[in-house]
Amino acid sequence: MNETPKLNSFRSGPDEDGRFGIFGGRFVAETLMPLILDLQAEWDNAKTDPTFKAEMDTLGKHYIGRPSPLYFAERLTEHLGGAKIYFKREELNHTGSHKINNCIGQILLAKRMGKTRIIAETGAGQHGVATATVCARFGLPCVVYMGATDVARQSPNVFRMKLLGAEVKPVTAGNGTLKDAMNEAMRDWVTNVDSTYYLIGTAAGMHPYPEMVRDFQSVIGIEARAQMLEAEGRLPDLVIAAVGGGSNAIGIFHPFLDDESVKIVGVEAGGKGLEGDEHCASITAGAPGVLHGNRTYLLQDGDGQIKEGHSISAGLDYPGIGPEHAWLANVGRVEYVPIKDDEALEAFQLLTRLEGIIPALEPSHALAEIIKRAPKMGKDEIILMNLSGRGDKDIFTVGKILGMGQAGE
Amino acid sequence: MTARMDKKFADLASEGRPALVTYIMGGDPDFETSLAIMKALPSAGSDIIELGMPFSDPMADGPAIQMAGQRALKAGQTLGKTLELARRFRQDDPDTPIVLMGYYNPIYIYGVDRFLKDAVDVGLDGLIVVDLPPEMDDELCLPALEAGISFIRLATPTTDDRRLPKVLENTSGFVYYVSMNGITGSALPDPSLVGAAVRRIKSHTSLPVCVGFGVKTEEHARAIGAAADGVVVGTAIVNQIASSLTAEGHATEATVPGVAALVRGLSAGTKAARLAAAE
Repeated sequence: MNETPKLNSFRSGPDEDGRFGIFGGRFVAETLMPLILDLQAEWDNAKTDPTFKAEMDTLGKHYIGRPSPLYFAERLTEHLGGAKIYFKREELNHTGSHKINNCIGQILLAKRMGKTRIIAETGAGQHGVATATVCARFGLPCVVYMGATDVARQSPNVFRMKLLGAEVKPVTAGNGTLKDAMNEAMRDWVTNVDSTYYLIGTAAGMHPYPEMVRDFQSVIGIEARAQMLEAEGRLPDLVIAAVGGGSNAIGIFHPFLDDESVKIVGVEAGGKGLEGDEHCASITAGAPGVLHGNRTYLLQDGDGQIKEGHSISAGLDYPGIGPEHAWLANVGRVEYVPIKDDEALEAFQLLTRLEGIIPALEPSHALAEIIKRAPKMGKDEIILMNLSGRGDKDIFTVGKILGMGQAGE
Repeated sequence: MTARMDKKFADLASEGRPALVTYIMGGDPDFETSLAIMKALPSAGSDIIELGMPFSDPMADGPAIQMAGQRALKAGQTLGKTLELARRFRQDDPDTPIVLMGYYNPIYIYGVDRFLKDAVDVGLDGLIVVDLPPEMDDELCLPALEAGISFIRLATPTTDDRRLPKVLENTSGFVYYVSMNGITGSALPDPSLVGAAVRRIKSHTSLPVCVGFGVKTEEHARAIGAAADGVVVGTAIVNQIASSLTAEGHATEATVPGVAALVRGLSAGTKAARLAAAE
């Protein structure tokens, strides 16, 4: 990544200091800097190492189940009466979401660096489960920090992590959500820096994480682009994904960034609406600031204190966003829009009934945006959405909101 | 480096004793009490004051300082009010160096140029910004040096000889050696290891080296003070404040005298220490 940025390309960032325009960087405590630089060196080395790539490919195929299918959602398309809708089925991956793509890559790096202990933060628990899974697979002890609120609302994933042998540490600071879990993971890391690898789940944080996570997740967009060319003989008109920290979105967006004909939309969590504080629309309603190692859009007050945010979806409940998304918004290549809790819930139900696919609440936000856009598009137009995770973890939350009561009632 | 900081370390050197650097969180538990505590520090024996800027997400701090920041924010503390604390203190005390310590985002949002102008106006001497390593010097370190404010860098056990020159390059005022990897409020490390680390740093710089993380008692202050140019105490003071508060977190009559008594004890420790081990 040390080459001079190519003109007219949206895919050449970050620069050697980890910057995407003014965003990104390495805003970390001195204790962590030597490790960050070691990680950078190991990553630079690994990405040109054919052995590393071969290992990634083998595990991708036989352990994750790649490539994930590209699926034409025929009944949803008919129902909405406009553009053809395709899903990139990342929810069919081992562990049920795109998170495993990144975890496999990073645990191989951790092994190369000789680290003996893995820590992670998790919101919805999808990244926690994926991390616990690869730790089981590679025989490393695993500690997952999870906000206490999220522990309560994502209990199936907590159970899965424990079964996989991970220690789940609930974090009660703040609102007990993803931001607080990340603070606590960083405190653990700074204390155990010699032995411990911090397996960050999203394309955010200090350089080189945003670039590294993006590259591990770009397999989504690379596959989808080729599959779309095979299915339709052309590229989609619109690519769409939900954005929390933004790893599934950057994974599908990045390979399309230089395709001028492809419009790209990221969907933020609009929570209960942007008029109050109960949302997580960092780009739409936030301002640039510095948190968790990078400069990016943050929900914050006039004194630079970070707000808590809110989303029905634990995976989107974060007051910031990956720095590459911040930059893509700034230069106008990607449009970011908010979707509210109730809109996401409706989309969740629609997909479940029409296609027999129970989506996670995170991609349900992207789906809600499709429900708005598809009918206004022509029948010859094509939408590609990243169906980033499955909704098994959310059925209790959704059931409760819909007043469905207990099973069997 | 400000003349005030220069003179302080020169005076201490001639007295042959290490500095006692005391940390309080600005606005904890409220603005007026915080000002009263700050004013009580020099006469109790504090040589340099580190004034914490509260931040919602203090990633390098342990529970004690996290809670102090939460108390301050709840009482309405802002970066502007922390600068005002320094200004009010400076009206009565022209000599004690003040170092602001915290995280970058509130300064970034306040505006770096405006912040540095105000920092000079209120009589600040230095800055410690935890999440700005040398790689990020363009952000605040270089503009601060230009404005005549010291930028005090943290060195840690992970800062090896290869990296130390980079850490020291734009450091001024003093070097803050964080004696262990971890968050504030951790256990006291072995003083002999600290002595070796201080000697290692001093072989690369002529700046004073102050040591923090884990110092809680007079005895700790004496032991660490024997090995360094200064001893930083934070969590113990913040805990003392917390223990004096009402259940609702309000100050009591015991709050200010309690801190003063603790600092007098710590000061006795540093005064009993000799610089011999570090020289």
